[in-house]
Amino acid sequence: MENKISVTNLNLYYGQNHALKSVSMDIPERKITAFIGPSGCGKSTFLKTLNRMNDLVENCRIEGEILLDGEDIYSPKVDTTLLRKKVGMVFQQPNPFPMSIYDNVAYGPRIHGIKDKRTLDEIVETSLRGAAIFDEVKDRLKKSALGLSGGQQQRLCIARALAVRPGVILMDEPTSALDPISTLKIEDLMDDLKKQYTVAIVTHNMQQAARIADYTAFFLVGEMVETGATSDLFSRPKDKRTEDYITGRFG
Amino acid sequence: MARHTFDTELQNLKVELVRMAGMVEEQINNSKEAFKRKNDKLAMDVIEKDRAVDDIEKSIESKCLSLLLKQQPVARDLRTVSTALKMVTDLERIGDQAADIADLVRHMDGEHIYSIVQHLPPMAELSVEMVHNSIMAFVSEDMELAKETIEQDDKVDELFDQVKNEVVEILKSDPDKMDSSINFLMIAKYLERIGDHAENICDWTEFSETGDYKNARIL
Repeated sequence: MENKISVTNLNLYYGQNHALKSVSMDIPERKITAFIGPSGCGKSTFLKTLNRMNDLVENCRIEGEILLDGEDIYSPKVDTTLLRKKVGMVFQQPNPFPMSIYDNVAYGPRIHGIKDKRTLDEIVETSLRGAAIFDEVKDRLKKSALGLSGGQQQRLCIARALAVRPGVILMDEPTSALDPISTLKIEDLMDDLKKQYTVAIVTHNMQQAARIADYTAFFLVGEMVETGATSDLFSRPKDKRTEDYITGRFG
Repeated sequence: MARHTFDTELQNLKVELVRMAGMVEEQINNSKEAFKRKNDKLAMDVIEKDRAVDDIEKSIESKCLSLLLKQQPVARDLRTVSTALKMVTDLERIGDQAADIADLVRHMDGEHIYSIVQHLPPMAELSVEMVHNSIMAFVSEDMELAKETIEQDDKVDELFDQVKNEVVEILKSDPDKMDSSINFLMIAKYLERIGDHAENICDWTEFSETGDYKNARIL
C-alpha cells in the first residue's frame, strides 16, 4: 500500500491558538480516510492543510511537513493553484456556481487553458459520469445548476472537482446538509471514487466513517489521538479517549 | 439505487451461507452413506472436511460482525445478518455431528451395521431429509416447507425413543454387545440433535422473513 500523503509533526496556530498539535499520519493512496472528532477538535483545520486552504486565513502559522507524492506542499516553490488542482475539495454546503450545469464542470478545465469544445464535452461527460449524476442531468446540461436538488448539487460539485483530474479529493462534511437517501448515494459514489482517487473526508457522523472509510483518524483538541484501519478503530480502539468518543460517552 | 456496496455485501453473505449449507448437507449425506455401506474411506473424508466447515463458519461470522459494525443494518437487513450469525452455529454443529457419526462408523465392526438396529436407518434418512429441507426452505424462503420440516422433528424424536428401546432389548438379550449398542445409541443421539439443528434453521428462516422466532416477536 502506497501513501499518497505523509504528514509529519504538523503544528498549526491561529494567532496564539495552537489548533493542531504535532500531528503525524499517512493517507494511503486510493483509499478513503475519515477524520472524526467533536466540534473544534481540528479535523477540518487538518483537512484544509492538505491543499493549503489555511493559507487564506489571517494569522495562521504552520510548522511541520506534508508530502504529496513525496513533494513538500509547503515548499516556497509550490504553486498553490496547481496544488489545489491536484488536491480538489468538496464542501459541506453544495456550492454550484450560478451558471449552467455544463459550465460548472467545464469551469476548472477552462481556467487551466482547455478551450477545445470536443475536449471539454468529453471532460464534462466523464466527470458527470464519475460523480454518478450524468444520467440525471444529460438532457439539461445547459440549464442552471441552481435548479438541481441538494443531493444533485453536491454530486455536481464532486463532478466539478473531478474535472481537473485531481489525485486527491478532500471532503469537508459533504453530506451533512443532505437527506439520508442523497447521503447514501454520495457514500456509494465515494466507494467508486476510491478506485481512482485518494479520498479524505471530515465527518461528524461516526456511522458514516464506519460505513465508508478504510482508515479513520480520531482528533481531540488539536491532537490526532489515534488512527488505524476503520474496522480496528471501531472494534478495538487503543486509546480510552477514542473508545469514550465512539461509544458516545463524551464529545 | 443507494447502498449498492452494502447490497452487494449482503448478497455475498447469503451466497456464502448457501455455500456452507451445501457443504454441511454433503457432509451429513456422506456420513450417512459411510454408515450405510460401512465405508471407512468415506467416513475419513467426512472427518477431514469438517475443518473446512469450521473455516467457513468463522469467515461468515467475521462478515456478519463487520456488516454490523460498518453498515448498522436495520429492518430486513438486520434480520438477514442476525439470521446468518445464528444459522452458522446450527450448520457448524450439524457438520460436527456428521463427523462424530463418521468417527463412530470407523470404529464399528461388521459389514451390516446400518440395519442391526431397525429404527436407525429411517431415523438417519429422516434427519438427512430434514437438513435438506431446512436448507431448501432457507434458500427459497419457503415458509410452508419450513413449517413442514419443523413438524418432521417430532417423528425423529419418536424414532429416537424407538431406537433406545431396541438398544435396551439388544443389551438385555446379549450383554456382550455393550460397546456396539452404545455406539448405536450415540449415533441416534447425534441424529436427534441434527434434527433439532435443522428445526432451528427453519425457525431462523422464519425470523429472517417475518421477525418472529418460534411464533414470538423477538425484535
